[in-house]
Amino acid sequence: MKVNVHVSLKPGVLDPQGRAIHHALEGLGFSGVNDVRAGRLITLDVADDTSDEALDDMCRKLLANMVIENYRIEKVG
Amino acid sequence: MSFTAGVITFPGSNCDRDMAVAIEAVSGKPATRIWHGDAALPAGLDFIAVPGGFSYGDYLRSGAMAANSPIMRAVADAANRGVPVLGVCNGFQVLTETGLLPGALMRNAGIHFVCREVPLIVGNDSSLFTSKYSAGQEIVIPVAHHDGNYYADDETLDRIEGDGRVAFRYAQNPNGSARDIAGVLNAGGNVLGMMPHPERMIETAQGGDDGRALFESVFEGLSIA
Repeated sequence: MKVNVHVSLKPGVLDPQGRAIHHALEGLGFSGVNDVRAGRLITLDVADDTSDEALDDMCRKLLANMVIENYRIEKVG
Repeated sequence: MSFTAGVITFPGSNCDRDMAVAIEAVSGKPATRIWHGDAALPAGLDFIAVPGGFSYGDYLRSGAMAANSPIMRAVADAANRGVPVLGVCNGFQVLTETGLLPGALMRNAGIHFVCREVPLIVGNDSSLFTSKYSAGQEIVIPVAHHDGNYYADDETLDRIEGDGRVAFRYAQNPNGSARDIAGVLNAGGNVLGMMPHPERMIETAQGGDDGRALFESVFEGLSIA
């Protein structure tokens, strides 16, 4: 089973990388970009019988830092 | 009196030798070097240092991989028994990732790697690590990091400030850290994490010796200096 884990900074947490990307987009002449937040996509290939609890546990223990980040698990088949 | 300090080395640590040299210079006793893959610490350690560097290439997040290495479980157990633990730079990142210290270290607000001497204000002079300083004293210690931007939610920041757990603050904030926090203590006062490198300021030949008092504080506190 393929699983995408999307890790993103919590709302309100300053994102210096997102800000730099935003600045670079403006430098390239793209107008109308209101905000940029940078995150991370982690793609897992796991056994089909992997439980939702186990996936949650992976995210909480390692893939995301719950102090600053949120995660979203997406099963892609 | 016997005294044993241990310095942890991860793949990618690069301040481990500096830390060991500093410990020996101040305590007069060589530090035991400990490899990350060891599951247990040597018996009877009095002090553990988690040094700076780029453990595991900073993969995933700075300190995240090291925090899950076998030796860090043993370090966490020791810290919970009250053994003094000092984490510097990457070591601070490792200690937050293990949950021994609150908060997280994020990318510097200015994006750039910052490598320079910075003035710090001593926030608390009654801790195990800071008793040889005086509160409000300004000291100069170098920083060298990309991810030193201390973050915690307001409730956590209020709590650590209220409990006197801010050991050091930046006099000039180099990285965007919340409330200028440069070093933070755990609730028990036996774990300190800080981004600046006290082990690089031990002898005047290094440009200053403002870091020496930190080690003297710990070793005197353990009555072995």
